[in-house]
Amino acid sequence: MVDYLKLLLALGWRNLWRNRRRTFVILFAIALGVWSMVTMAAFMRGIIHQVVNDAINNLTGHIQIHAPQYRDDPVIEHSMTLPSAALQELLQKNEKIIAWSARVRVPAVIASERESSGVTLVGIDPSREKTLSFLFEATKKGRYLKDVEDKGVIIGRKLAERLQTGVGKRIVLMSQDRNNEIADRGFRIVGIFDATLESTELAYVFVGRSVVQKMLGMGQDISEIGIKTRDREVVDAVTAKLRQAAPRLDIQPWNVLQPLLQARVTINNGFTIIWFVVVFVAMGFGLVNTLLMAVFERTREFGLFQALGMRPRFILGQVMCEAFFLLLIGLAIGNLLSLLTLQIYSDGIDVSGLAKGAQMIGLSNVIPLTSQLNDVVVANALVIGLGLLASFYPAWRAARYVPVEAITRT
Amino acid sequence: MDLLLRMAWRNIWRHSRRSVLTLLAIAFGVVLLVFNIGIQQGSYDVMIDNTVRMFAGHIQVQRKGYLDTPRIRTSIPNVSKLAADLRKTTGLETVSARATGFALVSSRSRSYGVIITGVDPKYEPMVSSIPGTVRQGRYLSSPTANEAVVGSSLAKNLKIKIGDELTLLGSGRDGSVAATVIPVVGIFNSGSTDFDRHMVHLPLQTFQELFTMGDHGHAVVILSKNLEQLPDTMAKVKNYLGQDSKLVALDWEQLLPGIKELIELDIAASWFIYITLVVIITFSILNTFLMSVLERTREFGIMMALGAAPFRIGILVMLEAFVMSLLGVGIGLLLGAAINYYFYVYGFSVPGMEEFAKQFNMPDSIRPQMSFFVFSIGPSVVLGATMIAALYPALRIRLLKPVDAMHAV
Repeated sequence: MVDYLKLLLALGWRNLWRNRRRTFVILFAIALGVWSMVTMAAFMRGIIHQVVNDAINNLTGHIQIHAPQYRDDPVIEHSMTLPSAALQELLQKNEKIIAWSARVRVPAVIASERESSGVTLVGIDPSREKTLSFLFEATKKGRYLKDVEDKGVIIGRKLAERLQTGVGKRIVLMSQDRNNEIADRGFRIVGIFDATLESTELAYVFVGRSVVQKMLGMGQDISEIGIKTRDREVVDAVTAKLRQAAPRLDIQPWNVLQPLLQARVTINNGFTIIWFVVVFVAMGFGLVNTLLMAVFERTREFGLFQALGMRPRFILGQVMCEAFFLLLIGLAIGNLLSLLTLQIYSDGIDVSGLAKGAQMIGLSNVIPLTSQLNDVVVANALVIGLGLLASFYPAWRAARYVPVEAITRT
Repeated sequence: MDLLLRMAWRNIWRHSRRSVLTLLAIAFGVVLLVFNIGIQQGSYDVMIDNTVRMFAGHIQVQRKGYLDTPRIRTSIPNVSKLAADLRKTTGLETVSARATGFALVSSRSRSYGVIITGVDPKYEPMVSSIPGTVRQGRYLSSPTANEAVVGSSLAKNLKIKIGDELTLLGSGRDGSVAATVIPVVGIFNSGSTDFDRHMVHLPLQTFQELFTMGDHGHAVVILSKNLEQLPDTMAKVKNYLGQDSKLVALDWEQLLPGIKELIELDIAASWFIYITLVVIITFSILNTFLMSVLERTREFGIMMALGAAPFRIGILVMLEAFVMSLLGVGIGLLLGAAINYYFYVYGFSVPGMEEFAKQFNMPDSIRPQMSFFVFSIGPSVVLGATMIAALYPALRIRLLKPVDAMHAV
């Protein structure tokens, strides 16, 4: 049996190189197909990766805890008390949680001497927020907040431009306090942050948590707890644990908090698979045709093989071996090419010429290529699997020749 | 030529299975291109049209610099007269004056910072689709009425209904405090989360009084009949503004740069995909062309010995490829057109896309564009690519020597 296999493999390999030109042409088609599969998948993943990471780093985090009505109606009345001792301990001890922090988050109006604008006022614990969200690294001008008592404010670059203000200048923040009265307070801008998206720079204003709590008369109450886990895979497990510890709070993972994001991930996954299949069909036609021709021109030879006693299934086997080698080499070249592409574009693809368009779909100026092992595996498996399936037809035809007719054919 | 054509036709069907597979590969590519480009163009059309008609308009006349940094002081004096003049110059009724400010809006229990837009109740419904989406109550009645129309999400957040009063608190053009109490007469639901959550409409004069604007405004919005008429309207507007260096006329591409660049980004990404696909298909069928020449070496040798010039044989081979490609492209085009027509009638939608589409002012289902461009670009690209592929084997014929060729197996 092993001898037969060896023979078939040898026959398949040699047959492959009987017509080099033809083999090279189809190899090119297969390699290009595989390259486009893997590279496209990496591009799509890169987009999703960036959008999801951006949302998680911005303020969403992996998991958020709120009072039950807050998500539906995010106002001061729906704030909650500081986490219970049991919950705090869980947040602190669980090794899957790498950062968490309590925030106050309310709608507010910001006014400089010249202009005003609607924003979301976020009261943070600066030391805890450092590892949780983008703010610390994004504060490019001025300084970061010192602690919960810090009387300064950090605003986005675009908002500062719009309000015609800057570091060192004063602004006034107005928001509704616990008693439904408008509370206002002056702040000095201590820092300006740069975000991936202009909309983020316009939307958020950061101050020390205790300062907001005092301004709005909310005592020790908070609006939300943001949590960052080790990675996206453990999110569901951690969410379940937290829900057990605090059954009366609304505890949700990122994909529930940002349903649009989840929809985008699904759509992108669907698109990637469709692209794989389309590319495969395009090169499948070539593959089948090439093998059909290879089989057809060897009609006499197959007749002879059969006349000499070779079983039809071995003829089938030898054509399948030929197809297998063809696919394997094509895959190797294709994967190598995409590896090279990923290497060349390891810094991402620059789309800054169309930055405003990219921003509309939540992308920054540079789209990274993020190759995921399972995409590569799926692409390769699909090509080998469906490729062999498609090759079965020419192979079966080769095995079906009637020896006497085949030998006499020219 | 007739003879060549007949020979080409017969040669194609000598290997009918192979030819059918090649035809199918070509048709497959054409169907994909026709369908995809149709959907793409169709969605761009709705996206531009819906966004432009919702609020921005095709053209806006503004003070220079207002677009980049919209400040209340960067205003147009006597804005109503400018709008009236532009109506006369362009011959269009769809011209409306606007003013924009910012205020803290409070109901009994809630407060939010929102954009306040002062509009001309008579002309605003002609340039914007928002007045038409008033679901409860009515739109503004006169330029001087003391009434407001708010977005549905904002109404929900403020917990107000028709007839409730809002307190507006902002700062006027001269820096003074602008404050008023105003009843809500209508709630609109535009479908755009941004507008529904952040927008309040007031009659223009009420706005001007509140924000101490005098007769100033911030923009005159012009809606052209359609995109084709836009350059003409634009020329008239620019001509009217003349050398007035303080005002500029901006078209939708400048007003909504995101939309235009998003479309360009999408086109760039999809052409990368299309070209890859076409190249793969071309190489898939290159082998068919190549083999059909190589296996006929002997036959060509005999033809040459009988006096056929290599050039004529080359033409024959090209003709075979051309007829085959044309058949494939034809089948693909028919099929693609049928698919596009089906979705043109019934609409094309992807489950799960609805929310995403809403973000870009798009309806749930998209109709493919039925245009010459859609039906010609894909087929031409595929036909061009296959003809280039056929060139290589055809040129090889010139290298044949009759005697050697006849001995080839």
